[in-house]
Amino acid sequence: MKKLHLVLLVLIAISIAVLISFTNTTSTYDTIETAKEKPGKFVHLMAKLDKSAPIEYDALNNPNYLSFTAVDSLGASVKVIYHSAKPDNLEMSEKIVLKGKYKEGQFECEEIQTKCPSKYKEAEAQGKTHPGSIADPRTNGSTQ
Amino acid sequence: MSYTGEHLIYGQLGNFSIVLSLIAAAVASFSFARATRSQEPNDQAAWYRLGQVAFTTQSLAVFAIFGLLVYLLQQHLFEYHYAWKHSSRSLEFKYLLAAIWEGQEGSFLLWMTCHSILGLILLRRQTTWHAPVMSVLSLAQFALSTMITGLYILGWKMGSNPFLLLRDSGVLDNAPALHLNFDLSQPLRPDYLSSIKDGNDLNPLLQNYWMVIHPPVLFMGFASTLIPFAFAIAGLWKKNYGGWAAEALPWALFSTAVLGVGIMMGGMWAYESLSFGGYWAWDPVENASLVPWMIGVAGLHTLLIYKSTKHSLRATYLFFILGFLFVLYSTFLTRSGILGETSVHAFTDLGMNWQLLAFVSLFTLPSLGWLAIRYKQIPSPQKEEEISSREFWMFIGSLLFFLSALVIIGQTSLPVFNKLFGTNLAPPEDVEFSYNSIQIYVAIIVALLTALTQYFKYKHTETSFFWKKMLTPLLITVVLYALFAWLIGIDYNRKGPVFEASIWLAVLLSLYALVANLSYIWIGASGKLKNAGGSVAHVGFALVLLGIFISSSNKEIISNNIDGIPAPLAEGENPRENLTLIKDMPVNMANYTLTYLGDSAHPKKQLWYYKVLFTNKSGQDSFLLTPNAFVNYKGNEGLMANPDARHYWSHDIFTYITSIPNPENAADTSRFVPYARKSGDTLFYSKGTLFLQALSARDSVPENLFGKDGKLYELPVTVQAATGTSYQLTLRSAVAKGQWIPLPDTIMSEGMIVQLQRVFPDGSVELGIKESDALLQYVTLKAYKYPFIKVLWYGVWITAIGLLISMARRWRILRTPQEAV
Repeated sequence: MKKLHLVLLVLIAISIAVLISFTNTTSTYDTIETAKEKPGKFVHLMAKLDKSAPIEYDALNNPNYLSFTAVDSLGASVKVIYHSAKPDNLEMSEKIVLKGKYKEGQFECEEIQTKCPSKYKEAEAQGKTHPGSIADPRTNGSTQ
Repeated sequence: MSYTGEHLIYGQLGNFSIVLSLIAAAVASFSFARATRSQEPNDQAAWYRLGQVAFTTQSLAVFAIFGLLVYLLQQHLFEYHYAWKHSSRSLEFKYLLAAIWEGQEGSFLLWMTCHSILGLILLRRQTTWHAPVMSVLSLAQFALSTMITGLYILGWKMGSNPFLLLRDSGVLDNAPALHLNFDLSQPLRPDYLSSIKDGNDLNPLLQNYWMVIHPPVLFMGFASTLIPFAFAIAGLWKKNYGGWAAEALPWALFSTAVLGVGIMMGGMWAYESLSFGGYWAWDPVENASLVPWMIGVAGLHTLLIYKSTKHSLRATYLFFILGFLFVLYSTFLTRSGILGETSVHAFTDLGMNWQLLAFVSLFTLPSLGWLAIRYKQIPSPQKEEEISSREFWMFIGSLLFFLSALVIIGQTSLPVFNKLFGTNLAPPEDVEFSYNSIQIYVAIIVALLTALTQYFKYKHTETSFFWKKMLTPLLITVVLYALFAWLIGIDYNRKGPVFEASIWLAVLLSLYALVANLSYIWIGASGKLKNAGGSVAHVGFALVLLGIFISSSNKEIISNNIDGIPAPLAEGENPRENLTLIKDMPVNMANYTLTYLGDSAHPKKQLWYYKVLFTNKSGQDSFLLTPNAFVNYKGNEGLMANPDARHYWSHDIFTYITSIPNPENAADTSRFVPYARKSGDTLFYSKGTLFLQALSARDSVPENLFGKDGKLYELPVTVQAATGTSYQLTLRSAVAKGQWIPLPDTIMSEGMIVQLQRVFPDGSVELGIKESDALLQYVTLKAYKYPFIKVLWYGVWITAIGLLISMARRWRILRTPQEAV
């Protein structure tokens, strides 16, 4: 066997091992119910904002504390704590992806991704976007 | 029914050009294929000429489509959906091109334009390879043309047409005011267009000069990966497996340079105009463009090995073919909507997935199938590469680059995996680290190989020669590294000591790669830059690595604070990153004192500039940053922030707005809350304390104004804010004609109005306090310090220059065969 073939085999083996170990670090998409079943575990919570509950955010008092209630389509709800600035389009969002952990009765969120009906919103949610990857505004026909 | 004010002729011309380009591309591909297969010279020449004419026609049609689209947007012809959707009357002319490639249709068109330009360049000379290469290129043009036709064939919608009329797009279907009798079931009013006053505009985040220049360069990069691919296919087609190497080499160099610059321009745009505080986030869209580049680099190196030693031709085929196929796969990933939940990008399914898949399959299946069938026929020397040979280590480097690209695309393809196997895997908690923790080791080995490999000779190297040449660069590196450790260092312990040590090692080896390649310009190429393209490119690449490691690991969030109060962090305390600045109230942050001076508006747009003054505590340096934000732009409520940065040679200070007061809360509804106190008392309010001093009264007030028993009371008060600032003020209250008339005193920065409401006979007083956020002008921001980011940017340019120097040299050699080395 050639030396290079040996190197090739070793590198391919390492690559496969790396990809398999990557799948072990992945998290899951969860509902509020299933997230509550695994406290302390990092999950992607698919929910939406409970517009009937108050949103607590006072940038003057503490710009790094946001709290609101999230509900999901199965009817469960949970209080969410987020230690950063409030995403400006939170109220307008129709869906939110909350990345974080359920801990002691509340969901401690590390990152909020908001999905809004209009074309600019989703890109703006994270402050990044690429051309060619922007939602079609056909749902958002403002024609004045 | 005819509608007033429409300019239908441009759309008709546009649609004609689309159909023309579609047919001409098909004719060109077929003709060049016949020219390739024909054995008879006259026949061959005739087919080639026909192909030439067809491809030129195709190119002119593509340029016409492009020109017409520019015209629609420039003239604000909002009867066309594309102009309405992507531009507006207030859009500056300089962003017009950015608006064209904002949409899927425009970016396909841009891609086709790049292919056309490359094809026309190829057609300027005729070699035996150009017929098959042009056939492949024309086939790709044909496939891309179908993406912008917008025709319905047997109920399938094929492509999405950029000349779609607004009234056919469905946008107006739910606007009763535009229909006859306000009835949605009735047709549109003939004068509907007079109601369409303005377009939707270009996404404000894309209104940036990088968005004018980055997409064309990137798409030129994507387009250029097709040329090495086409040469490889040509080799399989003509069973002349290695004959194309010399001709393909300048193209491979060009492709690596342009695609690399295109990708990093995207990073520069992200850094300058997006608010995630960086130039790279391992986002699927970024990865999807990086992976073809990495595979292309691998192919470039194996091609060089083949040219010098006849080794690695099979690998070259694989890399060049996969390089382009991964461009197609990336197109599918980013445009099909499959990334859905995992990407922060908003992808939409335009209903073209079957077509995208067909496009990918059209190129993937035949090319890989053909390679598999002919693989054994591709020559490969029996003699093994020596360990002391340059080709051995170059091949390992290429292989590593290739496999690391596969790992990256594997990680990125998690949603595809979910779709195929019905799993429910989400990205890991720290997405960036999941890439960084792997790629840093690839970078370490690649940096080492970049440093050493040029010092090996092809085929065999004497050990003593190697060490003699290596010694000086090694010593210089050690000295520089010591200086680095002393003056700059790495401060990154968030991911444990092993990762930090890896960064230290990566810096050492990148520095070594830098020094070794700089030295090689003199040792190997005797200082002749035009022959040292490879070394120059490697110097640039080493700078890129250095820039990445030093800037990313030493990046600091300088707006760190605890609960909004900027204070030094205690052990174990979790810093928070957003800081609120109240207008005119200085706040300490890191080495700076920040003062928010107020905002100003763009004359035409709902774009606001927030002026923040940074003053260095040493008093030496003071500068104004004006991060801006689109507020409630074009019916899109919310805040879209663009950062601003101050550039120094060693670092950037970078800030952006994360929150502003909600204008809806501006209505002042709070009332004065009464408090009974006496002199010497203290009174707490929400953000500090008031100290009441001695009350005094003046009787000698003008009787004509104050009446008979008129009095004026004065109460000096010290306000001690929780932020540490204190104010002196004197509250006054008059008694005039039996009435108490308090004179309210406003403390802007505290958002508070205080008044002396009543003085009682025993000398005690009633104070009224009204606290309201509405009084306050404030912004919440985040700020970063980015050290040595310039090293990365310069590295990118130097890499590209090096590659282009090499390209020019290979081109010269190609044109004057007698000089060939």
